[in-house]
Amino acid sequence: MNHVVTFLADGSDWINFDVGALRDQFWNDTIEGLSQGSIYALVALGYTLVYGVLRLINFAHSEVFIFGVFGAYFTFFGLGFRPGPTPELGAGELILYLALALIVAMLVSGATAVVVERVAYRPLRRRGAPPLVFLITAIGASFVLQQILFIWRGGNQERAIRLMRPQEVFTIFGASVTNLQIIIVLASIVLMLIANTFINRTRLGRGVRAVAQDPDTATLMGVNKERVIMLTFLIGGLLAGAAALFYLMKAPTGASYQGGFLLGIKAFTAAVLGGIGNLRGALLGGLILGIVENYGQSVFGGGWRDIVAFVLLVVVLMFRPTGILGESLGKARV
Amino acid sequence: MALLELSDVSVHYGRIGALSGISLTVEEGEIVTLIGANGAGKTTTMRAISGIRPLSGGKITFDGEDITKLRADLRVVRGISQAPEGRGVFPGMTVLENLDMGAYARKDRKNLAEDFERVFTLFPRLGERKSQVGGTMSGGEQQMVAIGRALMARPRLLLLDEPSMGLAPQFIQQIFRIITEINQQGTTVLLVEQNAQQALSRAHRAYVLETGSISKTGTGPELLADPSVKEAYLGVA
Repeated sequence: MNHVVTFLADGSDWINFDVGALRDQFWNDTIEGLSQGSIYALVALGYTLVYGVLRLINFAHSEVFIFGVFGAYFTFFGLGFRPGPTPELGAGELILYLALALIVAMLVSGATAVVVERVAYRPLRRRGAPPLVFLITAIGASFVLQQILFIWRGGNQERAIRLMRPQEVFTIFGASVTNLQIIIVLASIVLMLIANTFINRTRLGRGVRAVAQDPDTATLMGVNKERVIMLTFLIGGLLAGAAALFYLMKAPTGASYQGGFLLGIKAFTAAVLGGIGNLRGALLGGLILGIVENYGQSVFGGGWRDIVAFVLLVVVLMFRPTGILGESLGKARV
Repeated sequence: MALLELSDVSVHYGRIGALSGISLTVEEGEIVTLIGANGAGKTTTMRAISGIRPLSGGKITFDGEDITKLRADLRVVRGISQAPEGRGVFPGMTVLENLDMGAYARKDRKNLAEDFERVFTLFPRLGERKSQVGGTMSGGEQQMVAIGRALMARPRLLLLDEPSMGLAPQFIQQIFRIITEINQQGTTVLLVEQNAQQALSRAHRAYVLETGSISKTGTGPELLADPSVKEAYLGVA
């Protein structure tokens, strides 16, 4: 039984309250939310890492991400694929092309992140600029990167290039799980595990944690802070690049100069939701955000998806201002 | 030749001078202490030697080489390590990880076992608490971590900035005893202290820092006996 509540006088669906749709769609929403949430989580890690080390919200990270989307798109293009019908590829061929696009997207995003750090933030650090100046610079860098894409490609979305059609592999409680969803979730988990191991188990990663916890003392231990900062941007960029490919596979028309904005804000939301500065928080925040916004879409209707995401953030921060896990990279112990 | 030599070193915070042309030397094998009131510039001196604070004038030589412009992290490689003021224990890392950070700049990271052994011999308490997280330790234990961590770099010159600050009296005794022991094992020590009584009685030589300049120097016993030092720093009228 549906509980559709109509609020507008003319009877159109301004907002629904359809619990039945959520019940029917619950597992579909959950599975789709997990794959969308994995993408948020990968991008959120970039925000969280940079915040942990520099206490800076790198608003240009959404453009670091969208550069990766273009990187993946033009890899497809360069491999000879064109907008139009989806080609029939063998599994081996498909994996090869996707791996190639993954590498290119990661490199493009990683390089973009490092360039932003060098050109925008490092000169400010040298001069000891106050935090507000960094914030404004971050927003400025975001616009500059967007406009570079606009000048190059114009305002329209790129036409979709598809390498694969999502196909049902198995079902959970009647909800279908597609090969695309499996690829995205598994690949994201693997990448996040690698990043986590790097931060917590290697010498360089320990240097990153040391700078996050106490930059001056880290320097006294012989840690090269500038190198750690560059490394942090690089790791965040690489992860955003991977997210970029997955995003493009999910939303093939997503390559647009403004396409990073909403996703970037959502990923930032995910990072804050989980507890900014906290690697596990970024993962948790991303997944929760992906799932909850799908539930919200089922209950309230399609237009409410993004609103549900941000309302969730506000509600969580009202009760836990430091986010769900609420510790910083500095304090995080693994 | 002195192991460390500061000649006419000045440091400014913005327009405010924190050090105005101080000169001091530390010979190999010595314990040298720098005493002075709050705000005299003791910590600034330490930060300048470690390279965290750039100089506005003067020169720092270590082991005969000019390190005035050398990056801070590379000074650790040269053999200068510091247990900073306020200890600077990494709150989210365990004792073991903190100590390991001390050896971050070492090239011979394969032979760390004996350094860990040395630290655990000096500070048996740390050996019992290897996997405790730094942020949950007491002040005295954190000071042990900070000194042990600085030793992990196998420094030629160990800089200790107020190791007795905020510690209970029995800890203060113990820390100073261990500093002497470290020195006897062959590490040169530059010690900054407000606890002038302890510092002067342990040090070979001492400098008195007053508002950014060195006002007195001499051996530990000489300064202990000096009436103006007594009055100003030893609480004897």
